[in-house]
Amino acid sequence: MFNMFADWLVEDVFGLSITSKFGGALHFFIYDTLKILFLLSVMVFAISFVRSYFPPEKVKRWISGKKKGIASVLAALLGVVSPFCSCSTVPLFIGFVEAGIPLGVMFTFLISSPIVNEVSLVMLFSIFGWKIAVLYVLFGVLLAIIAGWVIGKLKLEKYVEPYVFNIQLGESVVQEMTMRERFAYAKTNVIDTVKKIWVFLLIGIGIGAWIHGYVPEDLLVRYAGEKSILAVPVAVILGVPLYSNAVGSLPMIEALMGKGVAPGTALSFMMAMTALSFPEMVLLRKVMKPQLIGMFVLIVTIGIIAIGYIFNAIL
Amino acid sequence: MVIKVLGTGCKKCKELEQNVRMAIAQLQIDAQVEKVEDIGKIMSYGVMSTPALVVNEKVVSTGKLLSVDELMGVLK
Repeated sequence: MFNMFADWLVEDVFGLSITSKFGGALHFFIYDTLKILFLLSVMVFAISFVRSYFPPEKVKRWISGKKKGIASVLAALLGVVSPFCSCSTVPLFIGFVEAGIPLGVMFTFLISSPIVNEVSLVMLFSIFGWKIAVLYVLFGVLLAIIAGWVIGKLKLEKYVEPYVFNIQLGESVVQEMTMRERFAYAKTNVIDTVKKIWVFLLIGIGIGAWIHGYVPEDLLVRYAGEKSILAVPVAVILGVPLYSNAVGSLPMIEALMGKGVAPGTALSFMMAMTALSFPEMVLLRKVMKPQLIGMFVLIVTIGIIAIGYIFNAIL
Repeated sequence: MVIKVLGTGCKKCKELEQNVRMAIAQLQIDAQVEKVEDIGKIMSYGVMSTPALVVNEKVVSTGKLLSVDELMGVLK
């Protein structure tokens, strides 16, 4: 449907050939913008609705008291569905520590929550299909569990700021939402999300369209193709400080993959961008010492590089 | 009525405070609005996702930026 509309617009309205460089780039731009905005709205709505059942206050109750192994799997899965904006990182962290949830399990939650979010999931699915989307989620959750486990084993509790342990957590009953409130919440989230990302999205699609139309194939295959061993770590190290918006990056990645960049390299680049964000590090600094943050960054970076190689091997 | 907006200072928390003030003005009720930014105080309400809204010491909403209309419903 979107393809037909883009065809019609480019060929009949603008009178360009899709096979020409500019026509091809324009077609890519129109088609991607329409498809992504549509899927995004539908999916953010659906997922927000589901999320309204999993506020962090409830999640805390579910995780605390569980055995460590079960708790960390639960934390990773709940990280996927539980809503929290980065400004809640600090209260969330303190709340979990207070509830006696081990540090490793807490990190599992902190890692899986940004990596596997509904927006990147929609983008992956719409651009690369379900197989890559499922693999991405699976490995994102696995990374969160393993990295959390390693952090737990390292006994880094001493690097948590001492005041965290002195805060008294009150008990509160958070009111259940009504069905109508859940729908309203989902609708608000769609509007918020689209408002927040449309600029990044258009820029990303624009650059993607340009790559699609103008960048020569062999250039990228040589530097970032399957045979290039260093491509994965370089992509990850570039991705970490590049944290902006995974959404804007995906259309670029799509175009790059079309030009021969290996899929694992592309996906680990994206994971690096979402998993380790500088603003979140700044927030985490309020509750933990730099050593712990450094450890966290190191372990997650290594994990993402490993995932990049695994993806390249199996895709 | 004492209304507290709990938040560590992010954009959404500030917007919620503004919305609360607008809702009060529209409802023409006598209410005291307080912004709570101290993390210890926020946690003492058992709240882990901000912004949160506390009315007369009772948590009524967490992790949501309520609109003026929604707030008017809550505060009535």
